[in-house]
Amino acid sequence: MVRDITLGQYIPGKSMIHRMDPRVKIALTFVFIIFLFVASNFQGIALMIALMLAVLALSGVPFGQYFRSLKAIIVIVLFTAVLNLFYGSGTVVWRCPFFPVMQITDGGIGNAVFISIRIISLILFSSVLTFTTSPTQLTDALERIMKPLKVLHVKVHEISMMMTIALRFVPTLLEETDKIMSAQKARGADLESGGLMQRIRALVPILIPLFVSSFRRAYDLAMAMECRCYHGGEGRTRMKQLHMTRLDTAAIVCTAVFCAGVLFCVFRFPAALR
Amino acid sequence: MDYLTCDQVKFSYETGENGESREVLHGVSLGIRKGEFVALLGHNGSGKSTLAKHFNAMLLPSSGKVYVDGLDTMDESLKIEIRRRVGLVLQNPDNQLIASVVEEDVAFGPENLGIAPPEIRRRVDDALKAVEMYDYRLNAPYKLSGGQKQRVAIAGIIAMQPDCIVLDEPTAMLDPRGRTEVLDTIHKLNREKGITIVLITHYMDEAVGADRVVVMDDGKILTQGTPREVFSQVQLLKDHQLDVPQATELVWRLRSEGYDLPDCVLDIGECVDALEPLLKSSSGDSYVCP
Repeated sequence: MVRDITLGQYIPGKSMIHRMDPRVKIALTFVFIIFLFVASNFQGIALMIALMLAVLALSGVPFGQYFRSLKAIIVIVLFTAVLNLFYGSGTVVWRCPFFPVMQITDGGIGNAVFISIRIISLILFSSVLTFTTSPTQLTDALERIMKPLKVLHVKVHEISMMMTIALRFVPTLLEETDKIMSAQKARGADLESGGLMQRIRALVPILIPLFVSSFRRAYDLAMAMECRCYHGGEGRTRMKQLHMTRLDTAAIVCTAVFCAGVLFCVFRFPAALR
Repeated sequence: MDYLTCDQVKFSYETGENGESREVLHGVSLGIRKGEFVALLGHNGSGKSTLAKHFNAMLLPSSGKVYVDGLDTMDESLKIEIRRRVGLVLQNPDNQLIASVVEEDVAFGPENLGIAPPEIRRRVDDALKAVEMYDYRLNAPYKLSGGQKQRVAIAGIIAMQPDCIVLDEPTAMLDPRGRTEVLDTIHKLNREKGITIVLITHYMDEAVGADRVVVMDDGKILTQGTPREVFSQVQLLKDHQLDVPQATELVWRLRSEGYDLPDCVLDIGECVDALEPLLKSSSGDSYVCP
């Protein structure tokens, strides 16, 4: 069971979005998210939705995958939508017969729809990033994007090295957990029955050996890294260089055009939220 | 001139809080020539792993000197230079792979040395081909078998283009097939690339193929020489709770029972050659052919 885990949510592929420079993907995702909140009316958000649908189609990832990532947040969307129904002004559509304070206005309905669209788009945009970029590419790109922070004494290289190692050891430690669980079960440990507290207590004999072995691994790994001349980020080169291609330029230009369109809508039409 | 030189190396581990220490190497002197294949034998606690960590300045002697290609390991500024020349492969293959993709892991060493990207690419491909793992370059390490992981670890060292590779019980955690894979790889590197190999092991059979066998016991060198010279001293090794290869032991026991057999055989082939005439000459009734 452990052997099948996929790290992160990466879905391998060769689409245009997959082939983009991960740095550009991260930057554009941020721009998208910012503009989702800049677009303050339905005309603007319609442009963003059009852009999003285009990106989803280009990613070559089956739509089912996107639906699955939406399932996780459906409760949050419904919750915010219902709350927003009651916060708004305008013509009263329905008033609660018991608490007259609770009323739904046409403005409230508009708000609810608007906010829901924003949240759903936010999740979809970030899903495109995680679906089409491998964890290694992501950490790599983050290291390079964060490089300017070195001026502020942020340990950029160390952070990205920690992410790399963490990603590398997730499957190893899962496998180990599996082994320890089997070993404890063989010694008569009961992991499945009892109340919540009892089950949590049953985890202790699994967590302790796991911790001990993790420290041993960390010691070994540190030695192996030193043996391979690791001495921090100073003077280190990378085998894989990230290159921006014409594809990335095209993506940036497209995004810029759409964003300009959104800005135009913002100033041309009235805001939707009331 | 020896490539690796240990001169009266002593080493103590700090054990207690109040500065107590236990000496585990009691003055070891050893020279290893360039291109040599040396097997370092000894049971647990004999100091063989401790000695191995002196070869690339992971540990520094409490007294005495270690020189690598003429460089003194005590000199802090030479540390990277020394580790580039002498690579160390550890026992547990899981704990020495750093990246989640095989080729990126192999690139780790050269990246640390600040080598130009196209050159790293070339070295990584060469190293993976040398250990016959090129087809797996885009795999995740956790999906490989133990023997394959250990070969990737060796590739990670080769990519730094070292003169010498020290392997600290590289086969201890592997199944028989993984052991063969790793040993074949090491022998090939020694033969074809002229890389000096120091193989630390407690499997006597693995030492038979070496140019020289060094036996350690209790922080000292017990005996050394060609495999034949060392394994003919069966009684000495047994006195120190050390084994000899199975074929050697069989012939030695028969000899001590008075059979006319050669001094020392090292592997199954030699053993068969030695026993065949003896079995043929014995009378038909006492020997039943399977």
